[in-house]
Amino acid sequence: MAAGSRSDPVSTSASPTVDEVLRIEGGRVLATLIRLTGDFDLAEDALQDACLEAVRTWDPDAPPQNPAAWLTTTARNRALDRLRREAKRSVKEEGAVRLLDNAPPPPDGRDDRLRLIFTCSHPALDPASRVALSLRTICGLATDEIAAVFLVRPATMGQRLSRAKRKISEARIPYRVPRDHELPQRLPAVLATVNAVYTAGHHPSHGHHNSRVDLADEGIRLARLLVELMPDEPECHGLLALLLATEARRPARGGDGDMILLADQDRALWDRGMIEEATAIVDRTIRLGRVGPLQVQAAIASLHGMAPGYADTDWAQIAELYRALESMQPTLVVRVNRAVAVAEAEGPAAALAGIDDLDSDWHYLWVVRAEMERRLGDPDAARRSLHRALAAPMNQSDRWLLERRLAGLSDGATA
Amino acid sequence: MPRYAALIYGAEPSEEPGAEQTAQVIEDYNEFSTKVAAAGVMAGGEALYGTDTATTVRVEGGKGGEMVATDGPFAETKEVLGGFYLLDCADLDEALSWAAQIPGAWHGGRIEVRPCVDFGESDS
Repeated sequence: MAAGSRSDPVSTSASPTVDEVLRIEGGRVLATLIRLTGDFDLAEDALQDACLEAVRTWDPDAPPQNPAAWLTTTARNRALDRLRREAKRSVKEEGAVRLLDNAPPPPDGRDDRLRLIFTCSHPALDPASRVALSLRTICGLATDEIAAVFLVRPATMGQRLSRAKRKISEARIPYRVPRDHELPQRLPAVLATVNAVYTAGHHPSHGHHNSRVDLADEGIRLARLLVELMPDEPECHGLLALLLATEARRPARGGDGDMILLADQDRALWDRGMIEEATAIVDRTIRLGRVGPLQVQAAIASLHGMAPGYADTDWAQIAELYRALESMQPTLVVRVNRAVAVAEAEGPAAALAGIDDLDSDWHYLWVVRAEMERRLGDPDAARRSLHRALAAPMNQSDRWLLERRLAGLSDGATA
Repeated sequence: MPRYAALIYGAEPSEEPGAEQTAQVIEDYNEFSTKVAAAGVMAGGEALYGTDTATTVRVEGGKGGEMVATDGPFAETKEVLGGFYLLDCADLDEALSWAAQIPGAWHGGRIEVRPCVDFGESDS
C-alpha cells in the first residue's frame, strides 16, 4: 500500500493525461485544425472527438510519444468523417473534403498559432468578442468558464462566440499572418486583446467571483506566447514586462472591496522575481530603439517595482516617462497619471497646472485634483473636487475611500 | 436607358424562420428574378448576409489616411445611402482595403462592407 501510494505521483508526472496535453498543446492543435478545415466550429468539434478517443484508447502508463501530433492527426480524420457525412449537403463542403484530403502534414504550429491570434483580434470583430474568442480558442477555456469571468450567462457568451465565428466564416476574414507592412496596423489590436484578458482578471470587481480560471495567469501566458512567436516585436516584450510588473504587486493590492493604494502597500508582499524579470525585459527591449507605449508603461511599472518605498521612488524619471507616453497617447488617463508623478517630482502647483483644463466624469481626475488642492492648502477647493468625484460612477470600494478622505478633510478644517 | 437601383429593406428575423416560410420567400424571389431577367431589365443583383457580418469603414485624416474598421452595420442617422460598388475580392481584408479608397470614407461618410451570399451556382 505504502509503496503504491508513493509511486503514484511519479507515474502521473511521467505520463501526461489528455487534460494536461490539451491544456499545454490545445491552442496549437486547434490552430492547425482551423487552417486545415477552414472552419472554427468543425475544428473544435473534431478536436473534441479526438479527445474523447484519446481518453478511451490511451494507455495511462504509455501515452503516444507525441501526444499533440496524435491529437492533430486523429482530429483531422474525425473532421474528414464529419465532412463526408455532410458532403451531400453542399458543393462547398465537397470542396472542403478535397482540400482536407490533400492537406500537407501539420508543421510545428508556429505560423498556425500566429494565424489564430491575428484572426481572433481582427479589427472587423468587436473588441469584447476578440477577448472571448481568444480565451476560447487560444487558451482553450470552456464557454461557461469565459461566461463566469465576464459575469454573463453561458448562453449569452455562447451566442457572442458563435456570432464572431459566423462573421469570420461568412465575411471571409482571412486566416493568415498579416504581411510585414500591415503589422503596424494589426499588432496593436492583438496586444490590446491580451492586455484586456489580463485586466479582466486582475480587476477587483471580478475578485469575489469564485471562478476556476485566473484570467491574470491567462493574460501573462498569452503575452509569453506573443514574445515566443514574435521575438522581433519590441511591444510584445513591453506588454509581457508590463503585465509581470503589475502582477508582482497584486498580493499587496488588497482583496475584494478594499483596494490598497500604491503609497500604502506592504512592499514585502511584492513578488521580487517577477519585478526583476520585468525590469530585465525593459532594459533589454528599450535598447532596441523602437520604443512604443507598452514599453514606456512597463518602464514606469518597473521603476515602481524597484523603489524601496513610495517616497524613495524615482519620480523625476517616472514623470519624464509619462511625458513620453503622453506624446504617443495624449489620453485623459495618461495626463492624470502624469500629474501624479509631476506632483511628487516637482510639487502640486506644477501638477495642477498640467490638468487644470481637463473636465471629465472620470472620478480619478477629481481625486487627483483634490489631492493637489489639499497640498496647496486649499481645503475648500479640495472638498469641491471630492464632491465632484463622488458624483461620478465608481465601484463601492472607491466610494468608501473617497468618503473617508472627504471626512478627513472636514476634520482637518474644523480642528 | 436610365438605370435604377432597387434596394431591399426589411427587418432581420430574431430567430431562424421555418423551412416552409423560407421556401416560400425563395420561390417568390426566383419568380421575380426570372421575370425581370426575361424582360431584359435586370442589370445585376445580390443577396446579402445579415448585418451580423457587416464591417463599417471610415478613413481618418483625408485621402490615404488611417483606416478605422468597426464591427457592425452603419448606424443610420441623417446620412442616406448614396450609392454602392460590387467588389470581387479574395477575402474581407482585400474588400476593406478597397472600401477605404472610396472617397465617401473620408468625406464625412462611412462605407458598410457586407458579404454577398454565394448560392454555389458559380462553383467549378
